[in-house]
Amino acid sequence: MSRKRGREVRLLVMLALAAAALFWAIPFAWMLVASLRPESASAADIASLIPSGTIGFGNFAEAWSEGTFPLWYFNTFLMCGGILAVQCVTVSAAGYAFARLSFPGRTVLFYLFLLQLMLVPPILIVPNLTTIVSLGLYDRLPGVMAPYLASAFGTFLMRQTFRSIPRDYEDAAMLDGASLPQVIWHVLLPLARPGLAAFAIVSVSYHWNEFLWPLIALSSPENQVLTVGLASFTSGAESATEWGVIAAGTLLVAAPLILIFVIFQRRIVSSFVFTGIK
Amino acid sequence: MSTGERLDQATPLTLMAPLPVGATRRRERIARRRSIVAAFVLLAPSGVFLAAFTYWPVLEVLVRSFIDQQFGEVARFGFGNYERLFADPHFRQAAWNNVVYGVGTIVPSLALALLFSLGLRDNRRFTAFLRTLLVLPMMIPLVAASALFIFIFLPGEGLIDHYLSFLGAGQTNWLGDPSLAMPSIIAITVWKNTGYYMLFFLAGLAGIPDDLNEAAMLEGAGPIRRFRYVTFPLLGPTLAFVLVIALLNVLTQVDHIVVMTDGGPSDATNVLLFYIYQQAHQNNDAGLAAAATMVSVVVLFLLSAGSLRALERGIHYES
Repeated sequence: MSRKRGREVRLLVMLALAAAALFWAIPFAWMLVASLRPESASAADIASLIPSGTIGFGNFAEAWSEGTFPLWYFNTFLMCGGILAVQCVTVSAAGYAFARLSFPGRTVLFYLFLLQLMLVPPILIVPNLTTIVSLGLYDRLPGVMAPYLASAFGTFLMRQTFRSIPRDYEDAAMLDGASLPQVIWHVLLPLARPGLAAFAIVSVSYHWNEFLWPLIALSSPENQVLTVGLASFTSGAESATEWGVIAAGTLLVAAPLILIFVIFQRRIVSSFVFTGIK
Repeated sequence: MSTGERLDQATPLTLMAPLPVGATRRRERIARRRSIVAAFVLLAPSGVFLAAFTYWPVLEVLVRSFIDQQFGEVARFGFGNYERLFADPHFRQAAWNNVVYGVGTIVPSLALALLFSLGLRDNRRFTAFLRTLLVLPMMIPLVAASALFIFIFLPGEGLIDHYLSFLGAGQTNWLGDPSLAMPSIIAITVWKNTGYYMLFFLAGLAGIPDDLNEAAMLEGAGPIRRFRYVTFPLLGPTLAFVLVIALLNVLTQVDHIVVMTDGGPSDATNVLLFYIYQQAHQNNDAGLAAAATMVSVVVLFLLSAGSLRALERGIHYES
């Protein structure tokens, strides 16, 4: 009952949480240490979490020259950016329709949309591959992007977001003679920005990290994305010296997303809050 | 409605003299028609992509699953593929593995995510740092994480064995031993997904008004009873939402299996999607792959429909 005991308990809980979080970070810590370890490190050293020898970027240089990272970054960036750009349009348009407009069959259509939450593209890779082949999009980035250009998750998120915005804003704009596209573009979308941001995080981190679909849908080396590229140069590695290079390569692949998250952590969490997934 | 108001603003007199009933009705009809046209235009872009890459392929797979054509034979229409599928011991193993994998990953990662979100919900510098540590795995591609964990699990030289050797343990073949391979795959999945689920729980917790918990505290409810009777019920819809995502992950994440174990040793880590991938790309058995796809589609549909209904109910309740 005493306040002092409550504080002790809270301190203990916090310590346990800190221990768990640090435990969680071990693979990460190892990756960082191994990537900076000099190449001459012996096999016994490589598993150690404690840095030894002089820290250097030799592993990064080697990973960079072994793979074609600039090309992979470019393709991945193009793929994620392209998907997100189209999704923003499809998702906000559909989200608005479901949130604000009344039309016959709205509920049925909404459930039809939500079907895509379950019938996700990874399950349908086999038939989707046939489709993009017949559309002439095989081994091209638009082909990889195509199955993701509509998003049930995004539509759902934007519907929730639009619903949380009071109607008064739109009515006021309409009174001033704004058309529907103008209202959506100038009034609603700026207010819905946190919802779009949350969606962007989910979308970009998903597609940046995706492996199986690009592996199947792309074949030539000049169209490869980061994940497939990384897998191709890690699969051959066995010896201890190569693990440092793999760790460096892994960091190179993950670095952009990690940087974005660390910089915008608070805003990312608060935009998740905003979307009202309660 | 809004057009009427615009008129009012232009000529305030109309406020006094209401429009004839027929004109109002016609205006309503026009507004209704405009709303339908707008909805059509707004839904069309998504509709085209959904039709091409969701509805059409499902129908295609459905039809294909009923065409049984094995190498060099005449195609027969019927349940042949399904009969072959359910008779295939590899498929049964994969289905059972998927159940083990599902329970083994969902229960601990959701429980941990909930615990972490409850403990780290305050916005302080230290908790923000711990949250970042937990979310980092979400930012690494599963393939890259797999490369990391191949080393971590490496017998003898790897991270785990290196540190276990201080405790006197010998070499363990984490990925090569049929009884350890699935737990190892489960471990990497829990490690990867927990932080992601935590983000959703944090969002859900932030949506619960403080005064509810304060009121319960004034009534003398301790932290455990507050969680049981206030926080947890209000978190229900979030839980349903996260559960759907977790169920999806169980049936759609196979990158680590492709890279780390290739479904082995002796099918110990083969799961449904990997089985589909094997049948389609390695055995060129499109009929069997289609039948297996339909099975996982139906399972996924049944499992997530329940959770989604709970979710929808929560949202209606809220608004």
